[in-house]
Amino acid sequence: MTRITVGPFNRVEGDLEVRLDIESGRVARAEVTAPLYRGFEQILEGRPPLDALVIAPRICGICSVSQSIAAASALRQAMGVVPAPNGVLATNIAHAAENAADHLTHFYIFFMPDFAREAYAAHPWHGAAAERFTATKGSAAREALPARARLLEIMGLIAGKWPHSLAFQPGGTTRAIELGERIRLNAIAGSFRGFLERVVFADTLENVLALSTPSELDRWRDGRAGDFAHFLRLADALALADLGKGPGLLMSFGAYHDADGANFRAGLRASDGMISTLPSDLITEDVSHAWMRETSRDPAASRSVPDADKADAYSWCKAPRLAGEPVEVGAIARQAVDGEPLITALLASDNSNVRNRVIARLIETARLALSIEGWIKALRLSEPFCETSGEMTDGRFVGLVEAARGSLGHWLAVGGGRIERYQIIAPTSWNFSPRDSDGVAGPLEQSLVGTEVGDAGARAVSIQHVVRSFDPCMVCTAH
Amino acid sequence: MVGAEGMTRMLWLQGASCGGCTMSILESGASGWFDELRQSGIDLVWHPSVSEETGEEAAELLEAIRDGRERLDLLVLEGSVARGPNLSGRFNMLAGTNRSIYHWLLDLAPLADYVVAVGSCAAYGGIPAAGINPTDAVGLQFEGSDVGGALGAGFRSKRGLPVINVAGCAPHPGWIMESLLALTTGDLTADGLDAVGRPAFIANHLAHHGCSRNEFYEFKASAEAMSERGCLMEHLGCRATQAVGDCNQRSWNGGGSCTKGGYACIACTSPGFESAQNYLQTAKLAGIPVGLPTDMPKAWFVALAALSKSATPRRVRVNATADHVVVPPSRSGDKRSS
Repeated sequence: MTRITVGPFNRVEGDLEVRLDIESGRVARAEVTAPLYRGFEQILEGRPPLDALVIAPRICGICSVSQSIAAASALRQAMGVVPAPNGVLATNIAHAAENAADHLTHFYIFFMPDFAREAYAAHPWHGAAAERFTATKGSAAREALPARARLLEIMGLIAGKWPHSLAFQPGGTTRAIELGERIRLNAIAGSFRGFLERVVFADTLENVLALSTPSELDRWRDGRAGDFAHFLRLADALALADLGKGPGLLMSFGAYHDADGANFRAGLRASDGMISTLPSDLITEDVSHAWMRETSRDPAASRSVPDADKADAYSWCKAPRLAGEPVEVGAIARQAVDGEPLITALLASDNSNVRNRVIARLIETARLALSIEGWIKALRLSEPFCETSGEMTDGRFVGLVEAARGSLGHWLAVGGGRIERYQIIAPTSWNFSPRDSDGVAGPLEQSLVGTEVGDAGARAVSIQHVVRSFDPCMVCTAH
Repeated sequence: MVGAEGMTRMLWLQGASCGGCTMSILESGASGWFDELRQSGIDLVWHPSVSEETGEEAAELLEAIRDGRERLDLLVLEGSVARGPNLSGRFNMLAGTNRSIYHWLLDLAPLADYVVAVGSCAAYGGIPAAGINPTDAVGLQFEGSDVGGALGAGFRSKRGLPVINVAGCAPHPGWIMESLLALTTGDLTADGLDAVGRPAFIANHLAHHGCSRNEFYEFKASAEAMSERGCLMEHLGCRATQAVGDCNQRSWNGGGSCTKGGYACIACTSPGFESAQNYLQTAKLAGIPVGLPTDMPKAWFVALAALSKSATPRRVRVNATADHVVVPPSRSGDKRSS
């Protein structure tokens, strides 16, 4: 048996290190390290509660809006505020724009460039993949980056700027949209749809979302232009559906609430496909393998106290568990829990894997584009965007939202009008968790086991595919 | 600084960072940032978010630069330098290298023609340095507004410049690109930096300049609650009259800015902005905001404010506390109301 170390691990948000024990050319055991700790929870302690709206989004530059709305959600409970309906819609539009922009960034900038690597030069498909997706040089980024920037112009209208905005308040959003601005939002949504239908899917969003079985998807892909079909052909050529199997449990906190409830429902999907309500009170964090002192397993009662010299620890990330189990989060979990037909059928056929994670992100992007169009129409321009009443109260509050990469929770304790404790469990804290006190590995650690590395060792592209298929956000992970 | 192959070689590293400065710069360029770099003669040697090289390939590249086998023209850092615990740098290791970002920077910075701190974290410590500063986070050459930081007050890059601080959280993509390009053309020199290392072409302006709420400011017609249209200075914490940056002379994300977005400037280009509290409330002494424009006698400001308040047109006064225009401009001109 040999041990290999992979890092720095780039084309993710932040950095990570993976250590792999290799037996007969395959991964027998994996350990993942979050190598950065900044101490946001310690920084927040003792501050006025509303300061969280300034500090918390700066945990993450790529999912800053998600961090903002998790903080705003916890603060909303603390203040007893009911947000203005327009503010909820405007928040949804901006949040969905960030979610979709993140999916595009992941697909075009982080994930697809691995197919352009020299290691694949002998494959017949390599020339086309390299022309399109080579990191910083491929033709795709020339279209995807301007499309991303155009989509993020939604932030200029609703949030002032991105990343790091103070527009997302407990009572709604801080800029009332006028008619001309609604027309501009519509135009941006139209540009986004145009990019998706021309470049990503080479078909209408409605046709893409009508696909509901693996065989329909295969037929749709054949002979089709567009980068999604390109990916599907690469995924089949490399059998990516057999790579990076998830641990089984998939979780979503639910997202995009409006007058009709959550657009993406909350819940838990078991490996047999059964979907149940989310037992969010059974969320714990285990620090047995984290460079952290033991305080409490309950995020509502725990603190973060670093201990860089702790024995048996190998990550700054704590190990979140739901009823004692590791769970996978992300677009695939969101779409599965929401019962999206194609993702449900793909999971029934071959579970969570590298291919299905990427498909779920792009299907979700199509759904978000349609939702954005609907929310823009639903704004009532003569009504308020921000409810400003409400007094801060002491107590314990929780904000549970979905970031692009999965479930994000902020646990806030206010005492004497100040933040007593603040605990954050981010999506990649779940996906890239270290082992717990029972020795149970986190989702990525489980997914890597069995991956073939052959003679390439630490340079094996298969490892890259598995890690990046989760779209890790390492700056959020340990925060 | 243009080398044999004609391109400026830029290495971008991330320290104790949120990655937001990279998210900002990825908005730059009509056909994307990568095209813009090429068209500007910059060879992006490695960037953690976008380059192909990973693991050993990336580590070998960094070692080659450290050992002088590869030239380094521009070294960019995004994120603070987490020196702790006990100057070990272990709060922020560069994965796979068994070495902290702090120590990598100590090796690499002296080899670069120019060292650029992108964002207020790399410049001054920023948000990770807030509160108890759990990780002993500092900027490359400043710790808040005190010169020093990770590299020390005396540090000069190979071309004799201190660290160039492109402050902001996150900075406008234009600030980043224009600063980098002004270095490659030789137009940004030590004389072109302000006292805390910020390029003067950005820092010679105030965030207030060009604010769309200017008429409300003139008449001290103030918003009292979030989402109202009036000036944000008197009640809602706005520091744009004291914070440097041409924020409101540019368009953020196609047309926005903080004050256009309906919330206060929190002076994110200033060293120590992370140490403030109650950002969205104006601190006052005897009813007068503590943070007034720095280069104006306070008594004059108060006198002028009282005068302009008494001269405020009804349109301006009413709209200041509404979230949409209630009283439009009238063709006959607004009369001062009693």
